[in-house]
Amino acid sequence: MDQLVAVAQFIVNEVLSIPAYMVGLITAVGLIALRKSVGQIVGGGLKAVLGFLLIGAGADIVVTALDPLGVMIQGAAGAQGVVPTNEAIVAIAQDRFGAQVAWIMIAGFALSLVLARFTPLHYVFLTGHHILFMATLLTMVLATTALPTAVSVALGAVLLAVVMVALPALSQPWTRRVGGDGKIAIGHFGTLGYVAAGATGQLVGRTSRSTEDLKLPEGLRFLRDSMVATALSMVLIYVAVALVFWARQGTAAALEMFPPAEGIEPTIGHFIMQSVMQGLQFGIGVAVILYGVRTILGELVPAFQGIADRVVPGAVPALDAPIVFPFAQNAVLVGFLSSFVGGLVTLAVMAVALNPVFGLALILPGLVPHFFTGGAAGVFGNATGGRRGAVAGAFVNGVLITLLPAFLLGVLGDFGTANTTFGDADFGWFGIAIGYAFRTGDVGGVVLALVLAAALLAGAIVVQKRAVERGWDPGARHEAALAERAETEPEEGDSSTTDSSGGGTRRPERGE
Amino acid sequence: MKILAVCGMGIGTSVLLKSNAEKAANDLGLDADVEIADIGTARGAAATADVVLTSGELAAELGDVGIPVVVVDNFVDGGEIREKLGAAVGR
Repeated sequence: MDQLVAVAQFIVNEVLSIPAYMVGLITAVGLIALRKSVGQIVGGGLKAVLGFLLIGAGADIVVTALDPLGVMIQGAAGAQGVVPTNEAIVAIAQDRFGAQVAWIMIAGFALSLVLARFTPLHYVFLTGHHILFMATLLTMVLATTALPTAVSVALGAVLLAVVMVALPALSQPWTRRVGGDGKIAIGHFGTLGYVAAGATGQLVGRTSRSTEDLKLPEGLRFLRDSMVATALSMVLIYVAVALVFWARQGTAAALEMFPPAEGIEPTIGHFIMQSVMQGLQFGIGVAVILYGVRTILGELVPAFQGIADRVVPGAVPALDAPIVFPFAQNAVLVGFLSSFVGGLVTLAVMAVALNPVFGLALILPGLVPHFFTGGAAGVFGNATGGRRGAVAGAFVNGVLITLLPAFLLGVLGDFGTANTTFGDADFGWFGIAIGYAFRTGDVGGVVLALVLAAALLAGAIVVQKRAVERGWDPGARHEAALAERAETEPEEGDSSTTDSSGGGTRRPERGE
Repeated sequence: MKILAVCGMGIGTSVLLKSNAEKAANDLGLDADVEIADIGTARGAAATADVVLTSGELAAELGDVGIPVVVVDNFVDGGEIREKLGAAVGR
């Protein structure tokens, strides 16, 4: 009997409570369900374990690089500064909550398939990394409560499943306007930003022409490379903060930041170059984390997809935001720049006004979230409001992804001081809503969270029935206004008036 | 043979492309491993691959990598992937 207990204890303590093994086992189970060969099952499971350990290794590098930045922002601005990087905050949290995140992810995915099968919301959310990020966010928010683990996992799974089918439906009228034909949906937790951008486009861009008539420099496309974009933005942020820190705190404090090797005099040159190096180190950390995420998802998502194909036939796949990029490539760059400006303006407002009043952390703009969500917001804004829509819509997205993470920090418990947080809009509003629901106590929180989930589900079903199935087109007025304008003032030198009017319906084949 | 599925970050659309490419390769009777890469590391990864699958804009950015680069318009259209992959590897 004792031996049995010892074996059970061994399994629980040495295997199941180690997140990496948990994820490996779950991946293996998924691959078994797909009837893969033994070699593929063993290989896939092992790769998931290694991917998980890679994420941890990357997290260590990121944390080490962020520590001095936090100190310097404190000295430079007198407030906490945060660089939202989903991968980094998830990696840091995995260490403590890995197993629970895995359970919420698996149970939430299963439940989302049930919802897709039995409600009108036939969306299968296939953006694996965002499922992982949302599962982590929910785990972190629920960890600040006193709920038993089983209840947290069940509630987290319900909440995850609801957002996975509801958000693609809520954005579907706009996604279809962009050019999705209704065969695909957006499955990405920046949905609030995209819908806001589409709605803003409707408001401001009645007769504005499409961005696709613009000629834009090819030179900015390199920012699509996440390694370059992350390292570049962190080096710029680091050096800027270092210079302000030096100016405000004086040379002595600056020299103390990065003590050089023994026997060498510290200099300001050393201080600046160490700041550059820390920025590059952050880039390396994120690259390592991404490699780990890639390694896990490469095994897990095909397993999810294979299962989904069988359970929900004829479902609409909800996919990552960059799937809309080909529909309006100029709008991606316009949107990125405008979103980034929105982030900077909001940062300035926070530093001057909101931080003194609410004590909000300063959210520094990262190039990666602004490129991907800002770019997609530009495409949505362009589809309903042309150039003006792309600029204004992406600007709104930039404001959202700067304000929401600042408020989100307040509900993340002791992770609020990790100098990084979730970046995309939906993590912000959803996490804040759940977090504040639990301010009423644990029982009240569970009730309010379930009410929120029910409301979201009901709202999405209404949108699906009223808007998606009846073919409501949020860009129809814009298109009509453009057509009218084209009639009254025909031909402006070139012949691009007719096919550009839709904004998103054309597929530019440039560059092939 | 080794097939490389490439997208911007290497964690979103390329993973989806991977599983559809696996199905396509299976239908074509190819003994293929499909791996994923982001646009930043794809050039390096292409050195050990036989064919690359990606979108039109990223294909332009990737340039010439010495192996066939197949442009896929719809990452979830199994038929399109099967057809284009088949044409690229001569099946």
